[in-house]
Amino acid sequence: MLFITLSAGISFNATSEYADVVLNQLSDKNDVRPVIFPHWFHRIRFRCKVCHNELGFEMRVGSNNITMDKISDGQYCGMCHNDEIAWSAARCDLCHSGKPGLKTGIRGSNQTGGPGRW
Amino acid sequence: MNIKYCICLTLLLISSGLQSAERNWKPLKDDGLHDPANPAIEMLQEPAEALSKLPPDSVGNKVLWNRALQQGYIEPRTNIFPETKIEVIDMDIIMERTGEMPLVLFPHRPHTEWLDCNNCHDKIFIKKVDANPINMLAILSGNYCGQCHGAVAFPLTECNRCHSVVRSTFLGKPGVQPEH
Repeated sequence: MLFITLSAGISFNATSEYADVVLNQLSDKNDVRPVIFPHWFHRIRFRCKVCHNELGFEMRVGSNNITMDKISDGQYCGMCHNDEIAWSAARCDLCHSGKPGLKTGIRGSNQTGGPGRW
Repeated sequence: MNIKYCICLTLLLISSGLQSAERNWKPLKDDGLHDPANPAIEMLQEPAEALSKLPPDSVGNKVLWNRALQQGYIEPRTNIFPETKIEVIDMDIIMERTGEMPLVLFPHRPHTEWLDCNNCHDKIFIKKVDANPINMLAILSGNYCGQCHGAVAFPLTECNRCHSVVRSTFLGKPGVQPEH
């Protein structure tokens, strides 16, 4: 019963959307807002396999060394964010849309990374 | 009916009712992540606009993503490169070492609709029944199924979605199931 109450509690306290990813390994250091990557938005349009197989995104936050050079070169986000499939990487604010200082990680109701983080 | 069961059932109904009544999504400017001072926030799609049109769930994004896909609510692309081979596999696996919990039925089909074989094999799971020491602590720590479930796929509060086969009435053999 505690578990049910807990799960209801988690859903009440939910803030950002389930599976939103904050990418801030380089952003703060370079004086731009952190990136907010919304899984929900992308999975309406692409299956997981497109990014996690074809484009080579590892399925673990922090394990992809994504840089703007690589994106401009057509790698990672740059495969689609090129003004053909999606907005170009020149539209900084659309991806770099997070509050400064956010910690890199996956957000939402529940998280992976250990029971201590629930 | 036993009074304890009645109480449990009532609380369960209340709790699920509260959850589904709460099927609203925070505007991006209030979600704690997006910077409201960023003028470009106006151009981003709001979760409520997209997700409210999809089949409802009580957890995660409050969307039954598999149903959304199967019933054509969404048509996500399978590939970017024309040469990529798309494999969808229809093979159920039943896992029996689940303690006192119901057996786990793992359906390859919905998983391969979204994912490529490479995403799980052999990085996360060896392609052999019983060869993977899967346990709930590892899953809760973000390994095995927990790499996605609890992060992006339905969360680990939904025990019975995986533990879905009642042991006492299961007459077949665990492992790979005959095609249906």
